[in-house]
Amino acid sequence: MEKKTIVTGVIGADVHAVGNKILAYALTDAGFNVVNLGVMVSQEEFIAAAIETNAAAIVVSSLYGHGEIDCNGLREKCEEAGLKDIPLLAGGNLVVGKQDFAEVAKRFAAMGFTKAYPPGTTLETTIADLHKFTD
Amino acid sequence: MKYLTVDFGSTFTKLTAIDTVQGAVAGTARAFTTIDTDVMTGFNHAMEQLENAIGAFHYDQLLCCSSAAGGLKMIAVGLVPDLTAKAAKMAASSAGAKVMKTYSFELSEKELTEIAAVNPDLVLLCGGTDGGNREVILTNARLLAAVDGNFSIIAAGNKSVDAELETIFKTAGKTFVITENVMPTFNQLNIEPARQAIRELFIRNIVAAKGLSKMQALCANAIIPTPLAVMTACELLSKGTRSRAGIGELVCIDLGGATTDVYSMAKGKPASGHVIPKGLPEPFSKRTVEGDLGMRYSLAALADALNMSDFSEETAIPQARIEAWIARCTAMPDIIAAPESEELFIEESLAKKAVELAVERHCGILESAYTPLGEILSITGKDLTEIPSLIGIGGAIINSKEPHKILEGALYSARKTGFMKPKAPRFYLDKTYIFAAMGLLSAIDEELALRILTDNLKPI
Repeated sequence: MEKKTIVTGVIGADVHAVGNKILAYALTDAGFNVVNLGVMVSQEEFIAAAIETNAAAIVVSSLYGHGEIDCNGLREKCEEAGLKDIPLLAGGNLVVGKQDFAEVAKRFAAMGFTKAYPPGTTLETTIADLHKFTD
Repeated sequence: MKYLTVDFGSTFTKLTAIDTVQGAVAGTARAFTTIDTDVMTGFNHAMEQLENAIGAFHYDQLLCCSSAAGGLKMIAVGLVPDLTAKAAKMAASSAGAKVMKTYSFELSEKELTEIAAVNPDLVLLCGGTDGGNREVILTNARLLAAVDGNFSIIAAGNKSVDAELETIFKTAGKTFVITENVMPTFNQLNIEPARQAIRELFIRNIVAAKGLSKMQALCANAIIPTPLAVMTACELLSKGTRSRAGIGELVCIDLGGATTDVYSMAKGKPASGHVIPKGLPEPFSKRTVEGDLGMRYSLAALADALNMSDFSEETAIPQARIEAWIARCTAMPDIIAAPESEELFIEESLAKKAVELAVERHCGILESAYTPLGEILSITGKDLTEIPSLIGIGGAIINSKEPHKILEGALYSARKTGFMKPKAPRFYLDKTYIFAAMGLLSAIDEELALRILTDNLKPI
């Protein structure tokens, strides 16, 4: 079976590179074809990469607390670019402060994200979800 | 050994006689290109002139390049503008083509009409990484196959659709070549196979279509597009040969009547370690060609690209007088400005602007973003700020009395800090118009070609 392509990167002005590298390594290890865009990735870059590589999902990381602002509008732009129904996942440290994550997850769902993950989520969780979402 | 190189330009057929015993250029000559009737007429005229000047010249081998009959006109088609469409344009430019238009996504009805109107020699069709998007390149292949026109197609996209592309083009009876993807994996360029395919198709089909068959029969080597010969010379001059070092990284500017070509032989890595590189990685040997920046046929387009009132202020010449001169040049491309006239001053200032715009479009762009971690700089494209050598090689530069002034357009400007242009390069001129000839010669005698190139570079 052909490997599924996952586009990943750290969104916005965020330069936290370590988690991104670990995630890319783990996804590759789990059998995905990973296109890792690295740090400081704009929404447009996620979309351009997903179009060219025919990606099965986009996995967005954000560690610096501005994730909500950075992720807002990504679904709409995907729709506009013809990436219909592509799974969008977000994780890391998406918002500032000790907020109830159920509320955060709701806000991300409202922005069109397939799933948002709280800090401390294990790689296995994300990988299992990705297999499920891309099947 | 004696070699004769021939460069069929759109206006002139230029000959260079090379004697390996003397290790130098024995003579040069030029005559009007006669591509509309028989190119051999112009060639014979130039040959007579050459022999009148240096005596009988019996050459052992003839080497030839051509940019006559519009050069190698190409259309580049990709998927995403900043990715495969950009890669396609880069591959075509570095093969010596004149890229008339670049398209992305599915071609529209209007774009297909434009393609038919441009009547290109070649269309480079790309799109999708290997295993990536397949729909768009397939749709575009079907659309292109239905366009009226005698163009050949080179497909260099997602390898997963190679077989389907072959069926589409075969059914339509198109001349085509399918080669490796220009971007096999995300953000990784692989333009060499496409470049090679363009070269082969030029040799196989286009030489004949441009009326160069008779000439080809006389040449030992294949006729190549002139910009490719110039690019080869640039590479040789920069990198050197096995036994002799080149001059290192450089930027060459060829300012002509119809186009402005910029060549950079440079890695282009950011000079400062604090700058994050973004976008598509660029090749060491990069060429860009600006079809809207030229001193005669494209002078009106150059004027459109300028802010005329600013230009008028900078030159302290009323706008009406500048526009009058541009109109005269457009009406009579043979016109030459009188020495020490106001027209000549306008001419030089326009030339400087053409160089400025062409280098701005070629070089990397620095952008700053304010983040919670402070200001972060990123660069898209090549950082050319530390380039040590800048070479003027076009007729409009080498025949000017003020080549230095024109080339200054290529320099970094404190008013436009985003453009990573050379800051303090040494200026040189290709005074004898030798680059194309040496690019051709390098296929046979690299050492001699490099020596002649270096000897003919004139510091200014």
